[in-house]
Amino acid sequence: MDILVSSLFAGLLIGMVLALVALGLTIIFGVMDIVNFAHGEFLMIGMYTGLLTAQATGVDPLFTLPVAGAVGFALGIICYYGFIKFVMRGPMVAQLLGTFGLMLFLRNLALLIFGSEDRSLHHGVLVGKSFELGMGIIIPATKLAAAGLSVAAFVAVWLLMNRTKVGKALTATALNPQGARYMGIPTERMNALAWGIGGGSATIAGALIVNFWSVNPFVGLLFTMIAFAIVALGGFGSVPGAFFAGLVVGLITEIPGFWDFMSYTFEFEWMMDVPMTSFKYMWVYVAYFVIMVFRPRGLFGWKQ
Amino acid sequence: MGENILQLEAIKVRYSGLPVLHDISLHVDSGETVCVVGSNGAGKSTLLRAIMGTQRVFEGRVVFQGEEIQRLRTEAVVSKGIIYVPEEKMLFQPISVEENLRLGAYVLHDRGTIEKNLRFVYTLFPRLQERRFQAASTLSGGEQQMVAIGRGLMSNPTILMLDEPSLGLAPILVDEVLDTVRRLKAEGMTILLVEQNVREALDLADRGYVLQTGKIVAEGTGQELLKSDMFRSAFLGI
Ligand SMILES: Nc1ncnc2c1ncn2[C@@H]1O[C@H](COP(=O)(O)OP(=O)(O)OP(=O)(O)O)[C@@H](O)[C@H]1O
Ligand SMILES: [Mg+2]
Repeated sequence: MDILVSSLFAGLLIGMVLALVALGLTIIFGVMDIVNFAHGEFLMIGMYTGLLTAQATGVDPLFTLPVAGAVGFALGIICYYGFIKFVMRGPMVAQLLGTFGLMLFLRNLALLIFGSEDRSLHHGVLVGKSFELGMGIIIPATKLAAAGLSVAAFVAVWLLMNRTKVGKALTATALNPQGARYMGIPTERMNALAWGIGGGSATIAGALIVNFWSVNPFVGLLFTMIAFAIVALGGFGSVPGAFFAGLVVGLITEIPGFWDFMSYTFEFEWMMDVPMTSFKYMWVYVAYFVIMVFRPRGLFGWKQ
Repeated sequence: MGENILQLEAIKVRYSGLPVLHDISLHVDSGETVCVVGSNGAGKSTLLRAIMGTQRVFEGRVVFQGEEIQRLRTEAVVSKGIIYVPEEKMLFQPISVEENLRLGAYVLHDRGTIEKNLRFVYTLFPRLQERRFQAASTLSGGEQQMVAIGRGLMSNPTILMLDEPSLGLAPILVDEVLDTVRRLKAEGMTILLVEQNVREALDLADRGYVLQTGKIVAEGTGQELLKSDMFRSAFLGI
């Protein structure tokens, strides 16, 4: 039983991080109706930023978050003004191919600069430490910190969106851009801001994840796909939806590990035939399809 | 009446090369209510959108308080004090009435002024106060129009441009909306009104322009226009 509770706990923790991974994607979609295929590449850049800043300065990886956030914010804004703005004038398919192109560009740029080998962090106050929470639950300190900081970042963005004037203006732009312009809201700048927030939250998530996950230039795609599933589950453009869907996806990715553990512990032949962990992301998509069939608007509905 | 606030000088507008407005000139003075009438497709909305910078002015000038504004972006036009309440209302549907109204005050920064304007809108439309926490999408057509007008009033506009505010409303509500316009006029607001209810609109306006297929074919006081032959044949079928 302990191992089940432990799996659930681990699932929730990773789910909090995944929610932050999906946040930027759902905000950019909500404000501009554009799907950013390069989202995972932003996250990958955040991972490299966290890793390299920590290695170059010797500070603890957790203190690299502001640097990663700033890099992602700037990158998002540069992508918007330099590229996305022009792509938005074209048809839907141009937008899809446009952000897809951005993904390939960033990935190959990373390959050029960093090379293809895996890199990971070996220092930091939390690396290698773990907490025992009683009931046999052992949680790596890096994951606990990543989860806590993800929630903090998530709440900060939520407050920005819901409690500040600029957040209200972003919401108005999302709901009716022309109507927003007639209120005097500079929608072009709001779009850029959405990309800034989208990029910044992805790179912060990346700098958190690099504490327990190695990075290479191809790591982005996995996170893009997970973020897509979360955004679809939670409802396109919904910020609270992304949070709860993130938890759901986190649980789904941990439960197969529990399955495998049981099958080895009790030597259930039939269970061993299906090593679930190897397919854990498949279950995310199974859940995604089930929800699409029964609740196509996602758990928390579409924007509007 | 006071000094000239808004002046259009021979503006031309085209939609993908096709001329829609030809050499339109008109002016609105401070404190005036000016009405533009014309049949469907005459170009009334296009005219207002051209003032807002949403539709490119191909030739001619738009002068607001002595300054050329035809090259400005919509947001900049709004912050100068020109407010457009579009035909389509363009409310922020899922959010509350009050949040819609507050977004109307985006260009203002003083809290006190915003609260004062909000109280003014609620005295003008008590029904909105009752429904202030309701999502805009749950309101009736008439109430939605009140939100649209109220949202426009929230920023202390120098000139308020209303595009067919009575569109799609039952006759009793049409009168209510036009009464509101009359009340704003009495408060000294400068108004540029586009209406399909020609008689009532010209009756309440100080002056009017008749727009026909992108040209101004008649202008004068409301009473003059209602009597003119041109106008009677175009609208009243007499
Ligand atoms: N975006 C557009 N692209 C091309 N043509 C347009 C566009 N908008 C309007 N038009 C055309 O321009 C002309 C004027 O349209 P406009 O909407 O200004 O008329 P209106 O006087 O406001 O009519 P209504 O009373 O129906 O609102 C019409 O012939 C219309 O078909
Ligand atoms: Mg019109």
